[in-house]
Amino acid sequence: MLATGTLTLLQDAGRPGLAHLGVTGSGAADQGSYRAANRLVGNAAGEAVLESVLGGIVLRARGALLVAVTGATGSVVVERSGGRAAVEHPVGCSFTLGDGDVVRVGPPTQGLRTTLAVRGGFAVPPTLGSRSSDVLSGLGPAPLRAGDVLPVGDVAGEWPEATLLPGAIGRRWGRMLAVTPGPRADLVGAAGLPRLLATEWTVSAASNRVGVRLVGPQSAPGSGGHALTLPSEGMIVGAVQLPPSGEPVVFLRDHPVTGGYPVIAVLTPEAVDVAAQLRPGDAVGFEAVHG
Amino acid sequence: MTGAPRASASPLGLQLRPVGASALLAEVPDARSALALYSRLRAQPSAPPSLDGVIDAVPAERTVLVTFDPGRTDAARVRRWLLEAADAAAAAGPAAAGWAAQGSAVAGPTDGPHRVDIRVTYDGPDLDDVARTLGLTVGDLIALHTGTRWTAAFIGFAPGFAYLTGDDAGRLTLPRRSTPRSSVPAGSVALAAGYCGVYPRESPGGWHLIGRTEATLWDAGRPAPALLAPGTAVRFVDTG
Repeated sequence: MLATGTLTLLQDAGRPGLAHLGVTGSGAADQGSYRAANRLVGNAAGEAVLESVLGGIVLRARGALLVAVTGATGSVVVERSGGRAAVEHPVGCSFTLGDGDVVRVGPPTQGLRTTLAVRGGFAVPPTLGSRSSDVLSGLGPAPLRAGDVLPVGDVAGEWPEATLLPGAIGRRWGRMLAVTPGPRADLVGAAGLPRLLATEWTVSAASNRVGVRLVGPQSAPGSGGHALTLPSEGMIVGAVQLPPSGEPVVFLRDHPVTGGYPVIAVLTPEAVDVAAQLRPGDAVGFEAVHG
Repeated sequence: MTGAPRASASPLGLQLRPVGASALLAEVPDARSALALYSRLRAQPSAPPSLDGVIDAVPAERTVLVTFDPGRTDAARVRRWLLEAADAAAAAGPAAAGWAAQGSAVAGPTDGPHRVDIRVTYDGPDLDDVARTLGLTVGDLIALHTGTRWTAAFIGFAPGFAYLTGDDAGRLTLPRRSTPRSSVPAGSVALAAGYCGVYPRESPGGWHLIGRTEATLWDAGRPAPALLAPGTAVRFVDTG
C-alpha cells in the first residue's frame, strides 16, 4: 500500500446476526459495487475488498494479481514495471497486474466510495467472522496506512465468468432515495414523512459510514423540529431517523444497533447503495415506494 | 403488508410494525414483556433465533427488532412466529421472563451458561455518594446490590455492554451523573437510570461507579464474545 487517500478500509459482507450483542452489521457501504468487484475477479461471495473515500488508493503488486475496481467513477491507471507505457482502465472491469506494477485509483468524478477487489481476497485475520472495519465500535482491521502489506488469499475457485459489468460502468448516480414508511412515521405526523418527501435535502460534511446526515434548505433552528424521543429500540441499515433538530440521518452499515429517535422511513436495499455514494454537498430527495 | 400496527387483544400487548421489507419491530408495554418475548425466540441466550431465515432478534427497552432474509423466509411467517412466542410468554406468566427463570425449577444459582456470578470489589469512586443519595449505608448498598437478582435485558452503548434489570432495582435507581467521565476503566460496575452495567472496555461514561471486576465482559476472540448476552441471569458477589 503506497497511499490510502482520505480513508481506505477493508470491508466485506459484514457481521450479520450479532446486533443483540451490540455489534452492528458493518460491511461494504455499497454492497452492489462490492458484489460486482468480487464477481469480476472470480471471488467467492464474502471476500474482503478495499473501500476508499474519494479515491487515492495506490497499490504495488507483489507477484501477478487479478484486480477489479467498482463503485465511484474515476480514473484507474496501471503504471507498469519495466518501463512499459501506463494503461488506463474503466471502473467496472477486471485487469491484471504484474509483479511491481502500480495501480492508482484517482479521485472520482461521480460517487464517493471506490471498491477494489483482488482475486483471492485480502486475507487479513477476521474479527467475529468478518474482515470489515466498523468505524463506530472499532471492531475489525484498523484503517490502512501507507506502507501496509496486504496478504492475498489462495484461490481454488472458478475463473470469473465476466471481465466487464456494464451495469457497474453505466450506473445511474441517484439523487432520489426510495423509501417505505418507517415504524414511527405515525408518531411524528407532518413534520416527519411528509416533510421528508417534500424537501430537497443537502448532504452534510459530517456524514460517514455510520450515516448520511442531511440539512434542509432553511436550516433555521427548530424548523421541522420535534421533542419526541423513544425508549431505545433496534435500528437497521437504511433507517431514516429524525432527531429533534428536524435534520434526518440515513443510517449506513456502521449504524448504532439501537437508537431513541423516531424512524420515519426506511430505504430500500438498492437505495442504501445509492445513499452510500452521496458526497457532501449533493442534493438529494426521497420518494415513497410500496413495500 | 400494511404500515398499521397490529392492535387489539394480541397476547402480551404485542404490536408489530414493519421496518422496510426485511425487519419487524415487535413493541410491548414494558421491559419485562420485551425480555419475556425475546427469551421465546432463542433456545438459549447464545443460540441463533429459532426460525429459519431470521438473521437476528434484538431486544431493547420495550421492543424486540427481528431482522430476516426475505429470500429465505417472509414477513407473514415471521409475524406468526412472533405471535406464537408472545402467546407462550403470556401463558407462562410474568415470572417466567428469561431463560434462567424458565429453568429455575431445576437449575441451581450458577448452573448453565445463562447464569453468571460476577465477583466485585466495591471500591468505586462514586460508592459513598451513591449510598448517600439513596439514603443507605455503604454496607446496605452492597447488600442490596449483591442480593438483587439481575438479568441482562438488552445491550446498548458498546459491544457487550448489558443493561441489567433487577427485581429490587427500584431502590437502586438514580439518574446519570450530571458530568460524564471522559474515561471509565474496563470492568467498572456502575448504576444509572434503574439499570446496572459493567463497562466492557475503557470508554467515556456517565454512570455512577460503585466497584470493579476482573471478569472479561467482552472478548471478540471467544465463541461467546459477550459474557452477558441478553437473558443472562447475573449475581454480584462481594470479594471484600
